[in-house]
Amino acid sequence: MPILEHPAYPPATLLCLESLVPCRESQVSMLLSIFGERQQLSFPSIFIYGHTSSGKTYVMKTLLNTLELPHVFVNCVECFTSRILLEEILIQLQNRSETKGASPVPCDTFNDFVRLFKQALVSQNLQDETVYVVLDRAEQLREMEANILPAFLRLQELTDRNVTVILLSEIVWEMFRPNTGCLEPFILYFPDYSIGHLQKILSQNHPPEYSADFYSAYINILLGVFYMVCRDLKELQHLAALNFSKYCEPVVRREAKERDTRKLWKNIEPHLKKAMQTVYLREISSSQWERLQCEEGEPGQIKGLSAHAHVELPYYSKFLLIAAYLASYNPVRTDKRFFLKVKGFFFFLYRNPIFSITVRRVCQSRILLFVSKLISVMFSWLCVISLSVVQKLDLTVQSLAF
Amino acid sequence: MQIEEELNEQLFDNLVSFLRRSHSAFQEKTTEWTCRMKSREIPTAALVLGVNVTDHDFTFRSLSEVLQNNVTPYIALLEAKDCPGIKNLMQKLLGQLMNCCIDVDSSEEEDYEQVSRNRVRCSMTSLINWYESATKRTDSETPGKKRTSSRHWQSPPVVVIFKDMESFTTKVLQDFVVISSQHIGQFPLVLIFGIATSPMIIHSLLPHSVSSLLCIELFQSLSCKDHLSTIIDKVLLTTQFPLKLSEKVLQVLINIFLYHDFSVQNFIKGFQLCIVEHFHSNPLSILCCQLEEAKRRVNSLSHNQCENVRRLPSFRRYVESQVSEKQIALLTADSSLKEAVRKLLEDLNVYHENYFPILRCLHVFVSSLPKYPLGKQIRELHCACLENRVWETEEYESSLQLARMLNKSDLVTMLQKCVEILVSSPGREFDEIVEKLKEFLTQFQKLEEAFQERDESISPQKELQKKTNLFHLQKTLLELKESRRSKKLTKFETLRFEVVDYIDSLVRCYLVPADHKTLHEIVYFNTASVLREHLNAAPRIALHTALNNPYSYLKSEALKSDGGSISNKAPDICIAYKLHLECGRLINLVDWLEAFSTVVTAAEGPTADAASSDQVDDVIHARFIRAVSELELLGFIKPSKQKTDHVARLTWGGC
Repeated sequence: MPILEHPAYPPATLLCLESLVPCRESQVSMLLSIFGERQQLSFPSIFIYGHTSSGKTYVMKTLLNTLELPHVFVNCVECFTSRILLEEILIQLQNRSETKGASPVPCDTFNDFVRLFKQALVSQNLQDETVYVVLDRAEQLREMEANILPAFLRLQELTDRNVTVILLSEIVWEMFRPNTGCLEPFILYFPDYSIGHLQKILSQNHPPEYSADFYSAYINILLGVFYMVCRDLKELQHLAALNFSKYCEPVVRREAKERDTRKLWKNIEPHLKKAMQTVYLREISSSQWERLQCEEGEPGQIKGLSAHAHVELPYYSKFLLIAAYLASYNPVRTDKRFFLKVKGFFFFLYRNPIFSITVRRVCQSRILLFVSKLISVMFSWLCVISLSVVQKLDLTVQSLAF
Repeated sequence: MQIEEELNEQLFDNLVSFLRRSHSAFQEKTTEWTCRMKSREIPTAALVLGVNVTDHDFTFRSLSEVLQNNVTPYIALLEAKDCPGIKNLMQKLLGQLMNCCIDVDSSEEEDYEQVSRNRVRCSMTSLINWYESATKRTDSETPGKKRTSSRHWQSPPVVVIFKDMESFTTKVLQDFVVISSQHIGQFPLVLIFGIATSPMIIHSLLPHSVSSLLCIELFQSLSCKDHLSTIIDKVLLTTQFPLKLSEKVLQVLINIFLYHDFSVQNFIKGFQLCIVEHFHSNPLSILCCQLEEAKRRVNSLSHNQCENVRRLPSFRRYVESQVSEKQIALLTADSSLKEAVRKLLEDLNVYHENYFPILRCLHVFVSSLPKYPLGKQIRELHCACLENRVWETEEYESSLQLARMLNKSDLVTMLQKCVEILVSSPGREFDEIVEKLKEFLTQFQKLEEAFQERDESISPQKELQKKTNLFHLQKTLLELKESRRSKKLTKFETLRFEVVDYIDSLVRCYLVPADHKTLHEIVYFNTASVLREHLNAAPRIALHTALNNPYSYLKSEALKSDGGSISNKAPDICIAYKLHLECGRLINLVDWLEAFSTVVTAAEGPTADAASSDQVDDVIHARFIRAVSELELLGFIKPSKQKTDHVARLTWGGC
């Protein structure tokens, strides 16, 4: 029974769409009802949020592509300045019909953008259809100029055309709302996939050599191990692809049948646990993991990233670092006790209200010196620590030791 | 100077061999990656290079060269200081990639135009477009350029090298990885991270969501200590290069390496400085070359140079040890001197030829002893041998003691190693030593056999004893045991003693310190103080000297002053500096100016002095202000907040 129903689109396309977006039917039907028919005016801006890999981008892409709606899809991380972002939108719009677009138009301000956008719509014959502008990872918009986000939200009003801006983000709308106020978008939430959903989605694209049941049994085992630590669909997909060959091994060697789930489970389970400790944490890369699987060698052969945690340092740098580290833990008030050698005289100085300020300042500059040394040394095992720093330190200490 | 070149070449070989290794793995990885596009990870090589950052530049340069020759023309080297933001990074990246493309194609004008237009839009899409057009162009040109296409692959990967990953800001890296992972399906990209500290830094810099986009493989470069050892081994411990370093110089270089920076590059620079200094300062260094060449040069020595030879302390010692007629001949006749020098040079050469193999042999023995009394590395042993007679030191005594307690298998393996070293070395006198060592080996073998036989012969004896009474039996058994042990030990022990004594005799014979050899000054560079002055500079002292005694730098006769008086010919800053030395912690600027103007105008006669006594000349005032601000810039004084017209002294006992 089809869940998606809409008078504007043929049921075959809708059915196809439904098969492509499992577990997201309610969101899609909601979106469809907002979109309305092609020529109908839609909501000026829609804000979609949900956790990582909850299908926001995928759903939007498939929805717009299968229904063949005119749209522009831009990733905001990629367009690190507003200019690139605006130009990117224009280019995509221009390139819709012809294969290779005209030369990119310089577009510096939003004003230009609105003008050029209108021109592009006219040239593409899109006046009587809703054009969708999808901005993926929209949280980046907040870091651009202050006018960009509000302007996008009311693009329909500014251009006076039938256009809908869709923002995709991982954070809630409350974090977006600019101080100056703006047009509130329609907010749609994509909930996380449940374990059942994950099972369903992952089992959907099984390799052609094996039956769907076999693969879904495998996915079941995989989720049993990894669901505790990872709910990221992409990551799970990746892990599933990596470990499947190992799972199939008994079947390939004809030691077990496809239905022999228990035997297969026994075979794969320790392997998956090992994978959780290494590949999932990116201790060793997936290609190394695959090689390891082929070789069947000792797992200790390829050392993980954390195996090389030891850092060798030159003799003096080591002690400088340790000294700076220790000194950074001294409270400020103990400084004068530790670093002033000639006690009696300085004690007098310290008591003396006129001089005490100077002494204290020197002490503070000392601690500053040590802290700055600490920082500089930490970064300067990248720079040349060696002579110059040691001598500079010597010089500075000398200068402070009046 | 061919030595330097060879040295560099040698270092380069070292590095390239390492890079080849890392590179082959890396190639393999890229092919693998192209076949499995399913999980879209960016293949990444994490190159752990150690803290010696100064060497990294060289490593990366040779790495990119190797990559360029073998894999791909598209390489971008990124440094953290150029990329404060993602925008700069992309600009830099595109600039480098597109330029290198032009280099490859030896391009037409139209290319330039295209590049300049593209540079306006620095985004990943333009990069992809560029990549497509570039690969397409090379594809279309393949019939004309078979060579290049066979060198590179069909679709050469774009390699982006991050030279110093730690200094990149987290955000830039993250953004870059995220962006490029979006497009990894469209063009092959490979990242290389240069890491100075530990690979854990990747995880601390990049959150899991980002690092899961990377397919990281780790490559560890040789540790810089190993690197140094190979260099010392290949360059200093051979007879190949005529110049040698004396113990003190080597110690200075090694100390700088171990204590200050782990920079092999600096070590080599120091060594090069030694070479320059030696050939520059020592007039007899012309004889410091290969033996045949040196002999030829001896013939053409002038009288002055002969006198120089006579003045060498080691040569004087040699002369004194000769009989009187010979002494006279050596000291007066140039020809006999030349003859002697030729002979001595030959001796020196032979000494070196023998020295290094024996040193290695000794190292084999010493390096496996517990607690390493003579040092673990061969360079330490080398230093010890150069310093003085090594067999007179306590460490040598103790190591011999320990060597006498070695077990048999160790001893045999060591002897075998020694034989290998000696056989492979070019020395002429080693045949009999090898013979002797082999003899020892066979003796050990025999001993083993004899030992087994005796074991068998003892057992029937035991059976004979069974019939006597218990007490008797016990006693005899004990005796037997005792005798057996002592017997066995003595046999083995004598042999062991013999071996150790033989090694000892070898050491005494061949490892004489170099400065006991005549004419060692020619080939040994031993002014460590010069080297230390140059490499371990003391800027504070230099500054003080410059300001206090300008004559030492300016060499102007007018500045040649005696003692503490202040000459008015000196530069203003020197005058101001000297005056400020006389002040306390806080300096009154007005007083200082008074004193300054007094000094400056001192020589201009009493008339000028009288005129300027109440009013300071404007020019002098300006000069003074300039001198003071220069001093402030150098960090000697700073403005004080307590009194507005005072400055505070920062150096040398302000109180």
